[in-house]
Amino acid sequence: MKVYVSGDAAAVALGADEVAAQITAALRPRSITVVRPGSRGYLPAEPLVEVETPTGRVAYGPIFEEDVPSLLPVLLEAGPHPRRLGRLEEHPFFVGQRRLTFARVGIIDPRSWSDYRDHGGLEGLTRARALAPSEIIARINNSGLRGRGGAGFPAGLKWKTAAEAPGARKFIVCNADEGDSGTFADRMLMEGDPFLLIEGMVIAALAVGATRGYIYLRSEYPLAIATITTALATARSEGLLSASFDIELRIGAGAYVCGEETALLESIEGKRGVVRAKPPLPAHQGLFGCPTVVNNVLTLAAVPHILASGPEVYAGFGMGRSRGTMPIQLAGNLRHTGLYEVPFGLTLGQLVDEVGGGSLSGRPIRAVQVGGPLGAYFPRALFDTPFDYEAFTAKKGLIGHGGVVAFDDTVDLAAQARFAMEFCAVESCGKCTPCRIGSTRGVEVIDRIRGDQDRAANLVVLKDLCETLRFGSLCALGGFVPYPVESALQHFPEDFQRAPQAAGPGHLPGRSQR
Amino acid sequence: MGHSSDFDPAEAARLALEHSHQEGALLPILHALQGRFGWIAPEAVAWVAERLNLSRAEVHGVVSFYHDFRDHPAGRQVIKVCQAEACQARGARHVTAQLEERLGVKLGQTAPDRSLTLEPVYCLGLCGNGPAALVDGRPYADLSGRGLARCLKGVGR
Repeated sequence: MKVYVSGDAAAVALGADEVAAQITAALRPRSITVVRPGSRGYLPAEPLVEVETPTGRVAYGPIFEEDVPSLLPVLLEAGPHPRRLGRLEEHPFFVGQRRLTFARVGIIDPRSWSDYRDHGGLEGLTRARALAPSEIIARINNSGLRGRGGAGFPAGLKWKTAAEAPGARKFIVCNADEGDSGTFADRMLMEGDPFLLIEGMVIAALAVGATRGYIYLRSEYPLAIATITTALATARSEGLLSASFDIELRIGAGAYVCGEETALLESIEGKRGVVRAKPPLPAHQGLFGCPTVVNNVLTLAAVPHILASGPEVYAGFGMGRSRGTMPIQLAGNLRHTGLYEVPFGLTLGQLVDEVGGGSLSGRPIRAVQVGGPLGAYFPRALFDTPFDYEAFTAKKGLIGHGGVVAFDDTVDLAAQARFAMEFCAVESCGKCTPCRIGSTRGVEVIDRIRGDQDRAANLVVLKDLCETLRFGSLCALGGFVPYPVESALQHFPEDFQRAPQAAGPGHLPGRSQR
Repeated sequence: MGHSSDFDPAEAARLALEHSHQEGALLPILHALQGRFGWIAPEAVAWVAERLNLSRAEVHGVVSFYHDFRDHPAGRQVIKVCQAEACQARGARHVTAQLEERLGVKLGQTAPDRSLTLEPVYCLGLCGNGPAALVDGRPYADLSGRGLARCLKGVGR
């Protein structure tokens, strides 16, 4: 018999380690194993405790330290308790989901190789090994898989380009520098099912003929670093990784711009994370000048399922040119935050009002930022937008890495626009003048607008500055920062017609001192 | 992390040896040195430059580019509190002000007795349970609610 206490960073941040220690101590005489899986993804229930029963796992949550004494007497019988949630498969947050990539996260022990194999792990790789590299790439192409990091570039095309590029060495680089606020799917996946990511990278290596892989993982994720480190060692001892293809873990150093693929490559090479001009594409000349596939964690983690179940199954989900499922992350001021993997096509309103259950604060939701700090702020009037790359582009927004951050009616969108500019100023790599200097000017212009200094004229300057940033920047940091600013201006103009509400909420002390 | 001590070339050489097989090993070596010594002192910059056959300007350029690398020692404990949008939407600004008051130090500053440093961080991936913080690498969430007391306990306050 097993008891599961979530070991995901979100659960640990709420006291799951203390809960697990108490339960372990109490159950030790009865030789019951306490497993620490990743998160099931329903975050209001963390720390989550589950017990194995003949009819499936029964969940309790949230269980804090002080709840353990009342839980212990009923836990093994899955008895009644105020925090009893029942079988999560029947919980409203889960019934509408379609988990392909996250099927095992929260279920298996992320440290256990046998758990991984017993739950369908390595099936994709087994299929891939029976195929020619070009056949693997054809299956990825046919699945319609697009880069989940935000750009949405067809993964098969990127692989094909790298496979056909001449080079003595080729690399698979996993972008695990998940810096966008409101996103945590990469972290959850790495903490909950690390072998899936490794399997995806091994399949990519087979397809393009790579001999070495890198996982570039941000330093802000210490638990994911620990899980991946352990998983890589296990993958080596189990033969999944070997001299013919091994993976090295590299830790970021707090630079947001290193989530941009060329800055990330510079960083692995031991340099400042300054963006490169493209061309050459990384697929032609990437890491150390060699053909390189740079894919996001979720892109690589989608690969084993596509190989195991067939590309037509994956392509059978979704809408338009957005095929398959998207692990959407519901965050910020929502009652039901968490990881919600569904086929593309749900509307923003369904995600926020129905799945997300409205605001946590109980106040009306006024704005939703989709796609991280460089994503647009959408008002309620745009809640009918379906979650789809093209549909969001058409409304001057982006889905990015799938983060949805809700704000209630206390939000000041002029302050949020200022924050976007200030964030860009702090995180700019400095290569492009509009991003390096324009972002600082943007903060100043917004301050003048909010301070009612030539407001009308400065609003024109701000719009002009956004144009310059959009067309004068090499990468998405400077190029996309107009999204939050212009959407705030367009949909919430009244916020720019008044003085700041309180002490400047977008103030970023400390970092800009460097 | 958080502690600081005098730079020791012999110890640095031992740490760097573990990274001698890596291509482009500058960041891993800097992480190792900062993990051991608490910061990247000027003599560490010179030592790394010599070791990797780089100019001191190149090493300094990398140290100053990345927010993680310190060119002066931090407090014995480092508290990183998230300032990004998802935590803002859940009350991060108010929580930051509370932490500043309870810890007696402003965001971005180190306490005069060097006991702690309070820093901003932009996303810890705890966006559904924020506001969030890291105390010496240990995550804390729900700082608008029950998490604040846990976090302060973790800081020893």
